Amino acid sequence: MSERKINLEVLRYDPDKDSEPRFQTYKAVPCQDDWVVLDALNYVKDNTDTTLSYRWSCHMAVCGSCGMMIDGEPTLSCKAFLKDYGDTIRVEPLYHFPIERDLVTVIDDFVEKLTKVKPFLIPKQPKSIEEGEYLQTPKQLKKFKQYTLCINCMLCYSACPQYGLIPDFLGPAALSLAHRYNIDSRDGGCQERMKVTATNIGVWECSFVGACSEVCPGHVDPASSLQQMKIASTVDWYKKRLMPWSKS
Amino acid sequence: MRNPYTREIPKYTWYLRQGRYVRYMAREVTSLFIGLHAFLLICGLGALSQGEVAYNEFLAVLESPFYVVFLIVALLFVIYHSIAWFNVTPQAMPVQVGEDFLPGGIIIGAHYGIWAVATIVVLFLAGVF
Amino acid sequence: MSGSSKISNKPIIWGLFAGGGTLTAFLTPALVLITLLVAIGVAPNGLSYSEIHGFASHWLGKLILFGVLSLSLWHAAHRFRIAINDFGIRADIPVAVVLYLLAGIGTIMSVVYLWGM
Ligand code: FES
Repeated sequence: MSERKINLEVLRYDPDKDSEPRFQTYKAVPCQDDWVVLDALNYVKDNTDTTLSYRWSCHMAVCGSCGMMIDGEPTLSCKAFLKDYGDTIRVEPLYHFPIERDLVTVIDDFVEKLTKVKPFLIPKQPKSIEEGEYLQTPKQLKKFKQYTLCINCMLCYSACPQYGLIPDFLGPAALSLAHRYNIDSRDGGCQERMKVTATNIGVWECSFVGACSEVCPGHVDPASSLQQMKIASTVDWYKKRLMPWSKS
Repeated sequence: MRNPYTREIPKYTWYLRQGRYVRYMAREVTSLFIGLHAFLLICGLGALSQGEVAYNEFLAVLESPFYVVFLIVALLFVIYHSIAWFNVTPQAMPVQVGEDFLPGGIIIGAHYGIWAVATIVVLFLAGVF
Repeated sequence: MSGSSKISNKPIIWGLFAGGGTLTAFLTPALVLITLLVAIGVAPNGLSYSEIHGFASHWLGKLILFGVLSLSLWHAAHRFRIAINDFGIRADIPVAVVLYLLAGIGTIMSVVYLWGM
């Protein structure tokens, strides 16, 4: 296997010493040609600079912790093969999140938003265990399956300009997760979730830029769920006002 | 000690950072041309309601370099609107047939087909051919 | 953004935006092309006064013209409202009022003109 020398320009930030982030270049990092950017970072940390901080765990695009800006694009660094990049690669922490240290971001805002949309099954009619399980056909499952594939990597938040400009916006992943439950045949919590998703910080801050779906590593297509929620939310708005007697 | 650093997003120039944001803004600006052209047509309608002289005058006013340039630019933008609009229809309105979703290409293709037919019908009604 | 926990008012116009977006995507390129033909001096004969007046006098013609014009305006007004916000002019409510007012005026104008024919 052949070796290639890569320059890594990494945005560094030390909260104890730095007043703002700065780029540091690791020159001529010896890389195998089947490596991903994460491997190169690991090489630097093991051999050159032990202070370099970043998150990762699975190295196989499952855990969602290694998201970074690679040459300006939100990317999972364990999925970013060096062969697809030039000899100098610029690595930054995900946009739109505060920087904790180096490539590590503060993700509290995202985690809090996830909980806001009640991302769990709210049964239409609660059943006791004796009454048996909630049945679902393969067709009903397929309807929402893609939206279950989110790995919470936050690349979509990093790509979404509306989230960057309006930090209150619930954002692509949290809203998609709400949609995933809304369209689940066993669920009856749509009205409950709309109290959050149909507000000024919910789907209506989305203007369908579509960047979230382009960067999503799991093909969840968050943009699609937000458009479908807008349609549902519009229908609901008129229904409530024109037919106040109908229950949703 | 924690001391998180927040990078500011430039409020007026954020969309210059990536090509996809520029394309998005271009898509949003198509609305300006759709709106202006609709107003132009309403002016024409007003002239039409006033009689033949006023209507022919309206047509004559359009024959100026200003309108030619404006309408060429508008044409490019409204075509971009159509393309951008049709290309995202499978996302906004996916169609589930049996278990599976209809491939996006079919939905988009159907829209392009209707677009072509509608264009031919409108041009035919206007007497272009 | 004012009142972030309030139910958004955007659905009121969004239906018109979406409907208008679809309609304009199908029809507007052809319409602009026809206007352009007029501008370069090769107006198709379907645009003669008698032809167009006949079309706009028929109830179906009125309905089509009203539908296309008003939906184009509401689509454009709503999308431009968001575009202005995106360009960094963060005054959503005044901007929305002005643009929807324009769309409303255009809609009323087309009703009045069509009524009179
Ligand atoms: S390390 Fe788990 S997704 Fe990259």
